Amino acid sequence: MLKEQEELDVKIGLEVHCHLTNLKTKLFCRCSADYYNKEPNTNICPVCMGLPGSLPVLNEEAVKQALAIALALGAKISEKMIFYRKNYFYPDLPKNFQISQYDKAGGQPLAVGGQIRLQDKVVRIRRIQLEEDPAKIIYEGSISTSPYALIDYNRSGVALVEIVTEPDLTTPKQARLFLQKLRAILEHLGVCNCNLEGALRCDANISVRGGYRVEVKNIGSFKDVEKALSFEITRQKMLGAKKGMETRHWDDVRGVTVSLRVKEEEMDYRYFPEADLPPYIITKELIEEVQASLPELPDARRERLMRQYNLPPQTADILTSHKALADFFEASVKEYPGSPLKMANWIVSDILGYLNRYDLDPSSLKLKPKDFAAVVKAVEEGLINEQTGKMLILKAAATGESLEERIFTAASKIKDESIISRFVDKVFKENEKAVKDALTNEKAVNYLIGLVMKASGGKADPHLTRSIILSRLKKVGS
Amino acid sequence: MSSLAKIDLKNARRLTEMVKAGELSAVEAVEASLSRIRELDDKINAFITICPEQALTAAEELDLRLKKGEQVGSLCGVPVAVKDVISTAGIETTCGSKMLKGYIPPYDATVVAKLKEAGAIIVGKTNTDEFAMGSTTEFSAFGPTKNPCDLSRVAGGSSGGSGAAVAAGMVPLALGSDTGGSVRCPAAFCGVVGLKPTYGAVSRYGLISYANSLEQIGPLASNVDDCALLYRCISGWDPMDSTSYRDQPKEAAPLREGAKIAVPKEFFGEGVEEAVSKCVWRGLDALRDSGFVIEEVSLRSLNYALPAYYIVAMAEASSNLARFDGIRYGLHLKSGFRDWNTYFSRCRAEGFGPEVKRRILLGTFILSAGYYGVYYLKAQKIRSIIKSEFQQILSQYDLIAGPTMPTTPFKIGERVEDPLLMYLIDVNTVPPNLTGHPAISVPVHREGELPVGLQLIAPYFCEERLFQAAKIVEEGLRR
Repeated sequence: MLKEQEELDVKIGLEVHCHLTNLKTKLFCRCSADYYNKEPNTNICPVCMGLPGSLPVLNEEAVKQALAIALALGAKISEKMIFYRKNYFYPDLPKNFQISQYDKAGGQPLAVGGQIRLQDKVVRIRRIQLEEDPAKIIYEGSISTSPYALIDYNRSGVALVEIVTEPDLTTPKQARLFLQKLRAILEHLGVCNCNLEGALRCDANISVRGGYRVEVKNIGSFKDVEKALSFEITRQKMLGAKKGMETRHWDDVRGVTVSLRVKEEEMDYRYFPEADLPPYIITKELIEEVQASLPELPDARRERLMRQYNLPPQTADILTSHKALADFFEASVKEYPGSPLKMANWIVSDILGYLNRYDLDPSSLKLKPKDFAAVVKAVEEGLINEQTGKMLILKAAATGESLEERIFTAASKIKDESIISRFVDKVFKENEKAVKDALTNEKAVNYLIGLVMKASGGKADPHLTRSIILSRLKKVGS
Repeated sequence: MSSLAKIDLKNARRLTEMVKAGELSAVEAVEASLSRIRELDDKINAFITICPEQALTAAEELDLRLKKGEQVGSLCGVPVAVKDVISTAGIETTCGSKMLKGYIPPYDATVVAKLKEAGAIIVGKTNTDEFAMGSTTEFSAFGPTKNPCDLSRVAGGSSGGSGAAVAAGMVPLALGSDTGGSVRCPAAFCGVVGLKPTYGAVSRYGLISYANSLEQIGPLASNVDDCALLYRCISGWDPMDSTSYRDQPKEAAPLREGAKIAVPKEFFGEGVEEAVSKCVWRGLDALRDSGFVIEEVSLRSLNYALPAYYIVAMAEASSNLARFDGIRYGLHLKSGFRDWNTYFSRCRAEGFGPEVKRRILLGTFILSAGYYGVYYLKAQKIRSIIKSEFQQILSQYDLIAGPTMPTTPFKIGERVEDPLLMYLIDVNTVPPNLTGHPAISVPVHREGELPVGLQLIAPYFCEERLFQAAKIVEEGLRR
């Protein structure tokens, strides 16, 4: 009772930063948006290095993708989007200001409002905006003990969409579920490959029992969100929040938050309009174009999966929480439409279980829908038992090997008429005399059955084999 | 040497025609310019950097191309000086500041690329008030530029180096930048022609920003035709500058007889010297003699232009100059610093001069929470009021005219200790920066008088109209 009461007193708001990883270029220059696995400071130009005299030019494709996110979250799109400068000195910020957006002082971000629906909760979105990512600071180990800081500008200027929630979340778990839902939406929109390191990051604002708000920065993964928030809530409950505004840094190496700064007042970023970029008019036509191109989103897909395949809500929920899982499910059903429910259950329990055990993302699953479908089909037809089927699947999940052969070897009985027919063909061709005998001699029929059984490694179903041979003999005889 | 001295470096058109005709090689033109610079610049200090090697190499290449009969551009073989706030690949670009000493840009500003494309040859980088913040070029970390007509007087600023280089005949053409009058002021003080183009007419890509919503790169020349020649070369849309204007009108309708010129009486307000008024009216009379109608009007918002300008400029400057932190280029302090705040603060304390610090501090204050609305937003409101008043006048008149500067060039050191007195001399030049209108300064003094400039302001993208009227003034004065 007390614990629940306390959790009601926790208020969490998230600022999620999502890289638009599928863009070709950065937000304001023509450097590649793909900065991964490149020699440090090679994916740069005068603009993203903030060299004196360089000027930003807006990547309009980024506007479209950010609009898609805003529309998917049901936000209200501004008629005019104005970029603002957020001024602060930091070594990762080449201009010592960030080109961002703002919702005060006459500012107009891309969109305001919107929401994400969780199972038992609606989380309101405050604003959605487009901004440039700073460079990356590399510490040796932990921030507190690193003897130096290196700066890699390859990431500098990559397009980010910032999604700011209202402080509607009350538990670390809810925060994780929120992020999972958001990730599924972004994946379905095809704007962010959330598996790339740093592609989805968040800062969290936490206050406990109406105390001072503490901001935790540098949360790099979903698991860390829950960990960082739990740590911070416990810390605040035990020690209380410092007076004023504290900013803390999530040190994922040590698993703790450390204080970066405490300010009496809110940090003054001296926001003002970025005169190098004229206000961007978001036309009705553009909104309609983006709206029309929106794909099916997780909520709609969940409903459809329930309707189309009779899946229970919870199963459909889990499937649609990862685009890769839902895609895998539907691709498999296409291969073998015989038992969608069984497929869904196996994916949700066994395959997902496997992925979680090894901390793998569904998109990295090696098992192919074709093989998964073949196994489920073999089980449904009694060719192999469930245990064998699941064993095969888990093996292929790791190796990606083709399962057709293996199903055959693992099968206890072959009940597939087409497969048995192939053996019968072979036996008939190689034993012409015995076939002739069998037309008149029942014993010779048994001999033929024996040969087919032998060729199939003893797995052909004897009854089915017999009836195939008899009907074949009838044809030969007539 | 004696033959070099005969080359007229005050007429770019004739020079380029001679080079094209083979009467003069580009190398000879460049050598004439370099020798004139060597001869005079110890006294004048118009240049921060001279680049004879690059210039002569470029001239040799050009001569080779001419020999082969290749197509050459409109500024073929013309030595040009570029204000040191404009990025030049491979040539040190200091902004007149210790902060950028040693900074060699890896890229050319769009205007510089256009100059090269047109066959112009950059001979050096000219002196400027630090980061273009000043009206006399006294705030340069490399010493003040002296006025060629009287070495004890200021050359104006902030493009004082460019104005003096042209006035002294070191180069026929120079580029300046104009944020609040920084091309027109040295043009007026040095007795040359200087244009601040329509905001968006010339690419700012590569111009190291002081106040990015106000400034334009502009040409300076000894005569109106040369000024126009350089303007036509550097103007036009640039995809690298989002504020450059895509559909620039090709040619505005020329002024006809009976065209009306508005002369706001406020342009002749308190502080305008008698000598200035006299010369300016001489220029206006020349226009009247050519059939133009001169009418006095009132520009009531002018009083608010100066404070609005300084608030906007300082606010933008405080942000634009934030990038100079001693990490990536320019000033670098040897290590021993454990802490980022201490490091960049020390760099900025050592790298920036007093006027730059003053404007950064004021600009930071202006943008701070609680003051933003009182200062910045209010200044922007005034800006739009001034803009609509200008547009209203320019809907009834073809041009607006008045003195460029309220004074003739004063003595070096005379105003440098009093920032407010210094800021006051920009009173007539700042309005076109706030409104974005094009404005030209054309000399209206006579031999023996201290230089005075007449400022003409036109509707957006009517630069050709300015050249036309300025040329009438120029010719009228010769009579």
